[in-house]
Amino acid sequence: MTNVLVCIKRVPDSSGEVLLTDDKQGVDGRYVGFTVSNHESCAVELAVQIAEATGGTVTLLTVGPSEATEQLRDTLALGCHAAVLVEAEPTRLGPADVAREIAHVVREKEAADTTYDLILLGNDAADSGDFQVGIRMAHALGRPVVNGVSTVEVADGNLTARGDGPDGEETYSLPLPAVATVLEGGVEPRYPTLRGRMAAKKVEIETRTLSAEPVGASRVQLLLPPPAPSTVEVLGEGPEAAGAVADLFAKLGVTR
Amino acid sequence: MILVLIETENGAASEISLETLAFARSLAAEGGGIAIRAVVVGAVENRDALAAELATHGAAEVHHAVGEAFTSYSGAAWAAALQAIRESTRSVVVTAPGSPRGNEVLAHLAARLDVPMAANATAFHGLAPFVVTRQVVGGAALEEMKLDQRPAIFTVAGHSWAVSPVEGASPAAWVEVAPEVAEADLVARVVSTGTKEVDHSDSLKSAKVVVGAGRGAGGPEGFGAVAELAELLGGAVGVSRVVTSLGWRPHHEQVGQTGSRISPDLYIPCGISGAIQHWAGCASSKTILAVNTDPEAPMMTKANYAVVGDMHEVLPAIIEELRSRGVSG
Repeated sequence: MTNVLVCIKRVPDSSGEVLLTDDKQGVDGRYVGFTVSNHESCAVELAVQIAEATGGTVTLLTVGPSEATEQLRDTLALGCHAAVLVEAEPTRLGPADVAREIAHVVREKEAADTTYDLILLGNDAADSGDFQVGIRMAHALGRPVVNGVSTVEVADGNLTARGDGPDGEETYSLPLPAVATVLEGGVEPRYPTLRGRMAAKKVEIETRTLSAEPVGASRVQLLLPPPAPSTVEVLGEGPEAAGAVADLFAKLGVTR
Repeated sequence: MILVLIETENGAASEISLETLAFARSLAAEGGGIAIRAVVVGAVENRDALAAELATHGAAEVHHAVGEAFTSYSGAAWAAALQAIRESTRSVVVTAPGSPRGNEVLAHLAARLDVPMAANATAFHGLAPFVVTRQVVGGAALEEMKLDQRPAIFTVAGHSWAVSPVEGASPAAWVEVAPEVAEADLVARVVSTGTKEVDHSDSLKSAKVVVGAGRGAGGPEGFGAVAELAELLGGAVGVSRVVTSLGWRPHHEQVGQTGSRISPDLYIPCGISGAIQHWAGCASSKTILAVNTDPEAPMMTKANYAVVGDMHEVLPAIIEELRSRGVSG
């Protein structure tokens, strides 16, 4: 039986347009909606597969605003069993704060006899892109951590994780308990079932407050890069443009 | 002193490592000529050639961490080596490429030293206070971040600084060190590495021409002309996230924030609207020729060249035209 903790983050859906809050301290999701990042969706899928295979559980954890219960409910519907929200204003938090809060919850749960054999996170958050929470949290807990892996398997108290390295596919093998940060690509996230959605509504989300005053993100401000002036040259419409395209290829030297 | 972690490829410094050295040189100059030390961990194929290359790009010394602990990769062990070298050199700045390895090792170092880290910096603004600009939201937005603790730790985003060799640089001194690594730092180390051939995305990342397709392909069967044009141009196929999510093509072909970041001479996105996440993966292309039925799609307005039309009609016509001109791949 493997109990997995998966850490997710409520992030603005920035697939269309990135908007900043008026104080330039955060990405504004009010008009575009919120989601969890693709890396984390894959981490959840891996966790659910491991729990299903071993008769274990999946607990979700997020450090964020009260509205993040929306992402917790959506994710619970995928086959997760429990959820914890550490309520906090996201712009007050840096990666060290988030890592500390996760570690704090894990320690308290362990003191109350709930252990997490495996902790999964996304490799990096879709909005802040810090690449640090998993490593800082593992460091705080004294657990080994592997990063940027696409698949994880658990057997006999051991974690086997695989991901792309500079020289080819790399395999890690380490004892549990362990931490892994997941990159999208190794697994296809499932869609929630109606039954899953109904079950998710009944789960009581454990809500906590921060265990310590945040140190913050050392952020001065966020900026949007200036839009590049459009200099597009339209070569034509439909198949009739083929000649102009072939001329362009010759000019660029991609054909001879 | 500025410490720069170097990654190697086939015995030479990787391109992004040389970009990071260029960033460090600007920082060193701003600080009145601060010395730069390069750090290399593990096996080195040709020490003299690497020392000469790193000197040409600004390193006065190369610190080479050797020992059994570095025979296979462990992020924590690399960070332990970097920490030991930082202490011995009393470096006030530690930087690395904004690559998976660079971000991982420096995050370990930042955690060990309990100081902030800025991932994927693109610029800096003075030294007191030391503020860096870095990429967030996959490069769609920027953050100004203050690094006022020592050492200042940051990685440098790929393609944000141009490689700039120095004329007549003195050879870099080679300093071999054997830092102590705790057993705990070796628990999560690579136990085996597959052959290079399994990393299919390599051909996409290094291709001079990439022909891309998105939802406009219409289905897995809609990629025939895409693949044919890529082959004719000696290039690779790249796809948008929706294509891999729908299972039309494998993930290693995905271009974007959570796929491969490409920088070909020519990128030809077909039926790709140009969502921010996809743009994050292809913005470094030298030239972009977009094909789309919607002339107002973001990819069409950001491209250098555009053809308005259905990719299923446009691509076969281009292929026919190329063949009529004797192009055979």
